[in-house]
Amino acid sequence: MAAGCEEAAGAVLRSRACANRVLDLLAGPLPPEDAPLPDGCSAEEQYKIWMRHRYHSCVLCLAELMGHSSFEVKEMSLCTLMKFVEVEGEHPLVKAEWKGSFIFPRELLKLVVESLIPCEEDSSLLISRFQEYLEYDDVRYFVMKAVTENIGQIMQKTKEIPLPVYQQNVFSLISSISMPSRKTELVNFMVKQDHLEEWKVSKLKEHKRAFERMWLVFLKYKLPSSLYKKVLMILHDSILPHMNEPTLMIDFLTAAYDIGGAISLLALNGLFVLIHQHNLEYPDFYKKLYSLLDPSIYHVKYRARFFRLMDLFLSSSHLPAYLVAAFIKRLSRLALTAPPEALLMVIPFICNLFRRHPACKVLVHRPSGPEDLLEDPYVMEEEEPSESRALESSLWELRALQNHYYPDVAKAAATVNQSLSEIEDDISGLLELSAYELFDREVMKSTTDVPLEFEQVRGLFDKKNDIFAEYFALD
Amino acid sequence: MGKARSKGLARSATATAMAKARNNPFEVKVNRQKFSVLGRRTKHDVGLPGVSRSKALRKRTQTLLKEYKEREKSNVFKDKRFAEYNSKISPEEKMMKRFALERQQNFGKKNIYNLNEDEELTHYGQSLADIEKLNDIVDSDSDTEDRGALSAELTAAHFGGGGGLLRKKTVSRQQDEDEEKPKSRKELIEELIAKSKQEKRERQTKRENALELTEKLDSDWKEIQTLLSHKTPKSERKDKEEEKPKPDEYDMIVRELGFEMKAQPSDRMKTEDELAKEEQERLEKLEADRLRRMHGKEEHENKKKPKHISADDLADGFILDKDDRRLLCYKDGKLDIGNDEEDDSKHEEDHDNECEEDKSEEEPDSKDEDEDAVDSHSDLESGLESEEEAISNKREKKHQGNEKNLQSEEGQKAEREAGRDELPYTFSVPESYEKLKSLLTGKTTTQQLVVLERIQKCNHPSLAVGNKAKLEKLFGFLLDYTGELATMDPPELKTIDRLVLPLYKLCQMFPEAASNSMKFVLRDAAHDMEEMIEVKGRAAFPGLDLLIYLKITAILFPTSDFWHPVVTPAFLYMSQLLTKCQVTTLQDVVKGLFVCSLFQEYISLSQRFVPELINFLLGILHITLPKKQAQGYTLVHPFRLLGKNSELLMVSDKKDMESWQKQNLPLSIVTRLKESSKTEMNHFRLSCLALCLDLIKRCGALYGSLSSFHEIVHPIRVLLTEHIPVSDYPKQLQELHQNVLKELENKEKHYNPLVCEKKKPVPLKLYTPKIVKVLEFGRKQGGSKEEQEKKRLIHKHRREFKGAVREIRKDNQFLARMQLSETMERDSERKRKVKDLLHNLATQEGEWKALKRKKFKN
Repeated sequence: MAAGCEEAAGAVLRSRACANRVLDLLAGPLPPEDAPLPDGCSAEEQYKIWMRHRYHSCVLCLAELMGHSSFEVKEMSLCTLMKFVEVEGEHPLVKAEWKGSFIFPRELLKLVVESLIPCEEDSSLLISRFQEYLEYDDVRYFVMKAVTENIGQIMQKTKEIPLPVYQQNVFSLISSISMPSRKTELVNFMVKQDHLEEWKVSKLKEHKRAFERMWLVFLKYKLPSSLYKKVLMILHDSILPHMNEPTLMIDFLTAAYDIGGAISLLALNGLFVLIHQHNLEYPDFYKKLYSLLDPSIYHVKYRARFFRLMDLFLSSSHLPAYLVAAFIKRLSRLALTAPPEALLMVIPFICNLFRRHPACKVLVHRPSGPEDLLEDPYVMEEEEPSESRALESSLWELRALQNHYYPDVAKAAATVNQSLSEIEDDISGLLELSAYELFDREVMKSTTDVPLEFEQVRGLFDKKNDIFAEYFALD
Repeated sequence: MGKARSKGLARSATATAMAKARNNPFEVKVNRQKFSVLGRRTKHDVGLPGVSRSKALRKRTQTLLKEYKEREKSNVFKDKRFAEYNSKISPEEKMMKRFALERQQNFGKKNIYNLNEDEELTHYGQSLADIEKLNDIVDSDSDTEDRGALSAELTAAHFGGGGGLLRKKTVSRQQDEDEEKPKSRKELIEELIAKSKQEKRERQTKRENALELTEKLDSDWKEIQTLLSHKTPKSERKDKEEEKPKPDEYDMIVRELGFEMKAQPSDRMKTEDELAKEEQERLEKLEADRLRRMHGKEEHENKKKPKHISADDLADGFILDKDDRRLLCYKDGKLDIGNDEEDDSKHEEDHDNECEEDKSEEEPDSKDEDEDAVDSHSDLESGLESEEEAISNKREKKHQGNEKNLQSEEGQKAEREAGRDELPYTFSVPESYEKLKSLLTGKTTTQQLVVLERIQKCNHPSLAVGNKAKLEKLFGFLLDYTGELATMDPPELKTIDRLVLPLYKLCQMFPEAASNSMKFVLRDAAHDMEEMIEVKGRAAFPGLDLLIYLKITAILFPTSDFWHPVVTPAFLYMSQLLTKCQVTTLQDVVKGLFVCSLFQEYISLSQRFVPELINFLLGILHITLPKKQAQGYTLVHPFRLLGKNSELLMVSDKKDMESWQKQNLPLSIVTRLKESSKTEMNHFRLSCLALCLDLIKRCGALYGSLSSFHEIVHPIRVLLTEHIPVSDYPKQLQELHQNVLKELENKEKHYNPLVCEKKKPVPLKLYTPKIVKVLEFGRKQGGSKEEQEKKRLIHKHRREFKGAVREIRKDNQFLARMQLSETMERDSERKRKVKDLLHNLATQEGEWKALKRKKFKN
């Protein structure tokens, strides 16, 4: 059956292309098929009307085929429909209402978009095939409009019921839209128009507006958390720059920032862009940032991203010392649970903070402090950095890390014993360090001298004071 | 021929010119030496500018001038000799082919009427026939003159023919003739030969004279010596020896005996005390070495000391020697394990084959050894361990000793069993893993050990050249084999337990190969895990084989080193296991706890801090809790607060709790969890919990001295005190729980503020001159080898460049000179011609005028 459909699609493609070339389809409003034909129309007109009806049903049929099980059929019908779009743009089916008006087969494109983002199945493959059409500026513009409309309709229809698949599809479609950054790049049109300058589509601002509206509509509804993360991942570099008013994203971002966990970490980047470039004032930003620090920051995937931003936020020399000290203390406290690759990154990070804020150096060097305290003065549970008494404490955590099993970590931690040099360490190379890289580096080291165990063995578990012999049996 | 001669003549000409120049002080330029250095050869003390200039000129005329003259000529000399410039063909072959070609060419064109004519045979391009004729004459002449014929002088003296005057005349005439016409080649050669012969004769006579004189001297000396001393016979013998230097058989034997090793005074046998002391010293040294590595101190001391490995190697060689000897007395068909203790028993068994007596005899032996072991351990740990631990040690040692006895008994039985099967005595080292496997499969553990030991013995590196590489490979194969044993179902852990011994021995012999193969295994495992994370997004714990490998690593290598080529990657790998692998089943828990125990063992001496260990233990404790009201602690990956597996270790059945007894976790459940009853499963869970608690206790003991110990164990303490339902647990666990809490809380809290180390004051810069030792004069000092090489090359390049520029300049001058002379020549030619013409015209004119005058006259 699939093959049959394919053939049909192929045949349609060919016949349609021919027909369009040979015939001029009836332009203007189309009377319903079963309505009696108006009197006095010639045979040719009748034929044209009939032909137009066939074309219409063919389009509907193709749109239906886009939901076919076989990908090839889908792809074929998509291509055919887009070919129709192109041809219809050249030979508009609607008469120009006034001179100089611009005609684009919007309805047809809407149909295509509708079938591109189904509610039930994942259509990312088809969408990636659709990419090439998104290169056309006019197609892109109208697709954005169509998507906006479509989301509104669908969401209206299924109130409160989350549609993860649909949203996923929409996301993969709209995240693949690459916006032009300058007006001069708007030259690639599928349908050639006469007075391009006057056409809306040729204006970057309009594009941006359509883009902005599309995203806002998409983000208005509740997203599943994986999608949330994905959106936040691309927000700062592929969404915000293409919006007319990025400040419209403030609500979304602050909501995301308040969620906590990994989502907050990701929202930080977008928020930073808004604060930095669009004068957003975020109350208690550092307090919030401080509360974001929990043991998972050393274990999550977005560690590099987060610490790059942290580095940025804490680079200002105008920050009060108590704040930076609180950050340092908290980071090092959390470092007691961190894996070696994170430790290799965070220790130079802390050293850099010391260099930028020399007032914090009391944490590692307090020659005339109170001796023999019973407690660490630092209060870990305190939400407010100013109340945490970090400046009264010392970095005993790094002292503990000097005994770390990984020699590089131990060496890095030992640098706080000496007074620090003036030049900051470059941590950009350390941010992305992964455990596997670390392992690989270690294995590749070549040595000539391999020390050996000198204690004679007797068996697998026969070492002295062996915990294995106590708890495991060789059965 | 002629060319060669001309070249020779030219050379001789230059030589003579140089000689002349040298003799002429005006031609010599002396390069004055500032200092005369003894022993230095001076090449350029005297320069001969005239000679060198003339040489250069000649060279230019021969090359440059020729080129210049032929500059507009397009004729090219082509060498069409067969394969003249083809270096691939050997000269003989070339000659053969050329010869064949020549024959071919001549074949058709031969004079058809001349039937007799064969081709002319040549040697060095000359007809053989000619040479023969010529040579014959020459040779006969020289011969006759040499041997048979009498010389002219002789005939003259004896026969007096012709008289002196006549002879003189003839001689003078001859001389005149000689001077007049150049000598022919033949004559020259004759002269040469005559000269050399004369020289030879003179030398011979001289030598004879010398010999005569020495003989005379000797005889004289003998006469005198008899008077002087009584050592004459010896000298006589010496003379005789000199006379016939051929070595006598007797002499040879005497020499051999002389050179043979004499029995040297050896050290006395060491007493047992001394031996023990030496052993103790050795161990102490090794321990000091280990401590130094643990603290990661730099290696500069290391170089002075004899290498750690070499000490071990020596010990090894010694044991192996012994083993070789044992191999000889092996004919009873009894087998051994390789322990000295069993070696002793072996001898006893040889004497009387009853085994009961052996056992009774052997027991004291083994006890002795155990005591020794205790000694050595206490030596090792004396500084580190508290009394309490020492007590526990002793207890454990007793336990171990018992085990040992049991083992040795078992071993003996196995020996006897194995003895019945005839194993071949020699084995070659298996070339591939498959071969090793086929060699070992189907044999009992003891037999496998014997096979491995024999392989090692038969292929000891000292026996043949390639053995080292082979045995190095064997380690890798054996490692693979252990891995396979561990992955079997059920895993043959008992065999692995014994196989550790040969692995250890091989590792001691070839540390580098062992470390490489271990690293290879680890790298593969880490790579697999990384791939799995990339594909699936999460990783699972590896199989039992890797756990065993990690355990073997701890056995083979010192885990306390600051950095170790094998142990550090193993640490990182284990850290990844504890942070990346999902804990979804009870098996995962057991594996994770195994890794935790490994960590614990790795750091037991060095007391290094492992955050992953604490995190994982906290997670394990968390999954034992029934209600999730986590407060006061946070979990990290791979554990989650809530979720599918967050109650994996929870035990709710009260009866199971009560019936639980501490038991050892069988490692086989790692590969296959038996379909066991719920009670058993619960018991497993409780055992895991017990292990976890014990690990925490040990961690507490290890990390107690860390400065932020309380922050580190804070979450665990919160969990243990507030959340864990202790009262439900069996008594043993409750006790353990108490102990753990005590361990965690009893540590004193010391928080002294940190102070940076004082900076060393930077020394002032001093302007004293830098003094460098000059090792060799005349050579540029300083810099590494590469730098020196570079400098040398730069210097050479500059010199060459200068030389080339100078040469080019001289070439140009030469050419300009040549062109000038050419134009001068041309000009003078033209002038001459013009003059000629004018002269001609003038004469014509003159003649014409004369004629005219004549006419007028007439």
